[in-house]
Amino acid sequence: MSHVLEMAAGVPSSGPLADALQMRGKLMELTQASYEAALLPEDAGKLPTHLRAVLACRMARICQQEGLTQHYSTLLAGYGDEADPHDLAVPGNTPPADDQRLAAIVGYVDLVTQRPRDASEETIDALRDAGMEEADIVRLAGLVAFINYQLRVAAVLSVMGEQQ
Amino acid sequence: MSRVIRKFTTRVPTWRPHITPVDFDQATPAQREALKETPSNTKISDYVLVLAHDPESLRIRTSLFNGIMYDKGGLSREERELGAVAASVVNRCIYCAAVHAQRYNNLTHDERVMQEIFFNGERADIDARQRAILKFGMRLSACPPQVTEDDIASLRGVGLGDQEILDLTLSTTLFGWANRLMHTLGEPVSGA
Repeated sequence: MSHVLEMAAGVPSSGPLADALQMRGKLMELTQASYEAALLPEDAGKLPTHLRAVLACRMARICQQEGLTQHYSTLLAGYGDEADPHDLAVPGNTPPADDQRLAAIVGYVDLVTQRPRDASEETIDALRDAGMEEADIVRLAGLVAFINYQLRVAAVLSVMGEQQ
Repeated sequence: MSRVIRKFTTRVPTWRPHITPVDFDQATPAQREALKETPSNTKISDYVLVLAHDPESLRIRTSLFNGIMYDKGGLSREERELGAVAASVVNRCIYCAAVHAQRYNNLTHDERVMQEIFFNGERADIDARQRAILKFGMRLSACPPQVTEDDIASLRGVGLGDQEILDLTLSTTLFGWANRLMHTLGEPVSGA
């Protein structure tokens, strides 16, 4: 199985869970395609792929999903030593105060991953005020939302897989 | 002046975007392609027009959304809606909760379950299978997500097999995704 999610979750290649995934094969294909659109898009806008990998890695760690933390760490490492100069792949680390745009991006990632219920119009205004274009705000929201989906599917599949 | 809705309801509010929706007449070919299919095959909404700023993701996401909620077999339609509501309650996405509570009610003709959930959350007085699904969905929607062997066992205990657990996982987590778009890129308001 070449899909990132099932590999990261360590899904067994046969048995009832594998059969269930087989029945939803089209949906798992679309999940993989969504991964590619979020992490490796043709048009990344002003949200470059190496930064997407940094943020994905941070979210995987916040959600304590081991398999995907490993995957995103490897993906990030592939972009070279300069891809994450402020070590933002580690939750709790913050960008330098004078980088308003990056600070707003990381603030959004943390809030919407941990407490999406607390998001409000000000959350979007903060991104806009930091100089982000609307299309990039939608790209960022899409990335964060997808990763949170992927992390939770992986969480369930890894527990179910271990039982089989 | 319309008012922001902050309490759960089954009356579907209007969604007011914080981002300018793409103007369909000015849309690029990629955006038009992505707008060909819509979630639940409803009309092209402001929500989808906002998401059309990122057509590459939208095109795939809509097919995935419709497949997870409507593809045949496995978990029943109404129990997929219950998973959607569980996530939306945790994430306090009033809009998604309203739409999917209403779909649940239309499928079951029983409004009491959603009333209970909106009033009492995880402690809702509903039947054992509904409660197990709700609890699983709410724990999975927490951050970090809560899922253990006992959580899976509690679903098996009320009769869910691997296929149904997978389908419930997909419909619940899909709304972790949808809520994070719907509840951040805009807000629910009263009136048209």
